[in-house]
Amino acid sequence: MSVTHDARVQIHKPASTGQRPAVRGWPDINNPAAWVVAVILLIMPLIANGFFLIEIFATTLILGTIALSLMFLAGYGGMVSLMQLTIAGFAAYMVAVFGVSGNANISLGWPWWLAVPMALALATIFGTLGGALAVRTEGIYTIMITLAIGAAFYYFTNQNWAIFNGHTGINTVATPHFWGVNWRSDIPFYYIVLAVAALCYFAVDYISRAPFGLALQGVRDNPRRMAALGFNVNAHRVAAYAVASFIAGLAGVLQVWNYRQISPGSVSVGACIDVLIIAVVGGITRPIGPYIGALVFVLLRTFALDFLVKIGLDGNRFRLLIGLGFLAIVFWSSDGVIGLWQRWCQGRRPTANRPAGGHGHG
Amino acid sequence: MDSVAQRLSAVGAGAALELRGVTRLFGALAALTDVTITVRPGERRAVLGSNGAGKTTLFNCITGDFPPSSGTIRFFGEDVTHFPPYERIRRGLRRTYQISALFPGLTVQDNVYLACRGVSRGRFSFLRPGQNDALMHAADSLVHAVHLAAVKDQRVAELAHGQQRQLEIALALAGAPRFVLFDEPAAGLSPTERAELVEILTSLPAHIGYIIIEHDMDVALRVVESVTMMHNGRIFKEGLPQEIQSDPEVQELYLGGGHE
Repeated sequence: MSVTHDARVQIHKPASTGQRPAVRGWPDINNPAAWVVAVILLIMPLIANGFFLIEIFATTLILGTIALSLMFLAGYGGMVSLMQLTIAGFAAYMVAVFGVSGNANISLGWPWWLAVPMALALATIFGTLGGALAVRTEGIYTIMITLAIGAAFYYFTNQNWAIFNGHTGINTVATPHFWGVNWRSDIPFYYIVLAVAALCYFAVDYISRAPFGLALQGVRDNPRRMAALGFNVNAHRVAAYAVASFIAGLAGVLQVWNYRQISPGSVSVGACIDVLIIAVVGGITRPIGPYIGALVFVLLRTFALDFLVKIGLDGNRFRLLIGLGFLAIVFWSSDGVIGLWQRWCQGRRPTANRPAGGHGHG
Repeated sequence: MDSVAQRLSAVGAGAALELRGVTRLFGALAALTDVTITVRPGERRAVLGSNGAGKTTLFNCITGDFPPSSGTIRFFGEDVTHFPPYERIRRGLRRTYQISALFPGLTVQDNVYLACRGVSRGRFSFLRPGQNDALMHAADSLVHAVHLAAVKDQRVAELAHGQQRQLEIALALAGAPRFVLFDEPAAGLSPTERAELVEILTSLPAHIGYIIIEHDMDVALRVVESVTMMHNGRIFKEGLPQEIQSDPEVQELYLGGGHE
């Protein structure tokens, strides 16, 4: 019996064996909870008012998508990038610069369907170049380089007036109107955000089982062995940054449409770190984690102030709650809220049912 | 038939692997000094030597994990001295690691699938493999061949040591290997698993040559036709297995005294 001989015979006769369910279905297709969440998200405009729709759910989905781009890099590629918010902010600035805004001396006045692809392309290039720098290092040095890029961009936008309009930023950014619909009015905008977030979520999940995503997880687990299997490890890492930059760029476009303005405050170092907190609190092992983290973050940011005032504390201490939550998660569940949820589900099920596949979407 | 010494010294385009004057320095320490080796296509050779003799460094230089400080390495006639590891692998070189170098977060099937994908096109493909994906079937066959079919959907982190060693070998046999470097494949295996290992090695197609680093003489000398002894980063002796075994100098250095 010959090992490799068998292998190569199979290559020429691929259709002979069919014992493997090679293609996994869409995630969570058999999970009733996922269907309930999907239906609730779809009928949200019927049950939520404008404030909840935009300030809570659209904001959650936008922040979640930025954190998803970090989850893609960190969870699958083992690369913690602190510049994902910077890339989103860059895309937001580009929409404002190429599109229409109140700052007519800066904005070029392109229609949104030209400005948006331009912004996405430039954001992807920006993030890929940053990634090409970052992949020359590992671990904490990757964090430092991406943090440095984020900090440099923040100070640059503060001081550059020709393009970024300094610390005042760019205001009254135009949003799309076509087919007689104002797409920034609450309900249409909610559906646009939901569609983009869903697209990114399913794309990341799909890629995770495609050769590119599997190879990325291989790079995370053992880069040296990946090279010894014929993979160009750094090329894979840079490509992962390109994908993550595109996702972050999409979220950035939505963000500038959401607030209709962009200023250095939106790309501050603190905001960069918020994205890391969101991803870690939600869990970076699965694409759903960043959205859960974003929901927790947005709810705390919105309501912790009132809550703290009610119990007689300074409302500005809402970050204290987030910080304590972050500490608790890091101590008790290294895979975030979804890790807690998973263990709780497993505790209720007979252990034999435990899914065997590693990061499968059970 | 030529004497082994003549064959080993023959230098030509026909060699599978040809190292000339390979030296590797770590700071002031010379892990390899002026190593010259020629291995024919299909030849099976053991590299013996005590700990620190430079055996694994030799492998690292051949695969490019650590490039040599000086000297040249040719693989099937092509100068690969300055190639990155993945370029050497794509040309048919393979290796296993002394300490299993696997992907613990992925399943057995995915580990082997990655190995198959690494030496073919579509490494960057965004499309999931379909039902009739040729590489998926190739991975299936490899998983069966190393007796891991029963655990193919388990994460590698959950496997027993022996199973991990078998997977380690499967990864090195993906695609169309022309020459394989086995770094102590029997480390930590039970006697039964060792027998299986010998069976896998001896049943490799004749055109696949290999170099094996192995301390277990029962394994090493049953699966090779020639032996290279290393000592302190240099080639100490080359010859047939029985010549090496009965060589008094070798016994003094390596087999001597309390060898089990």
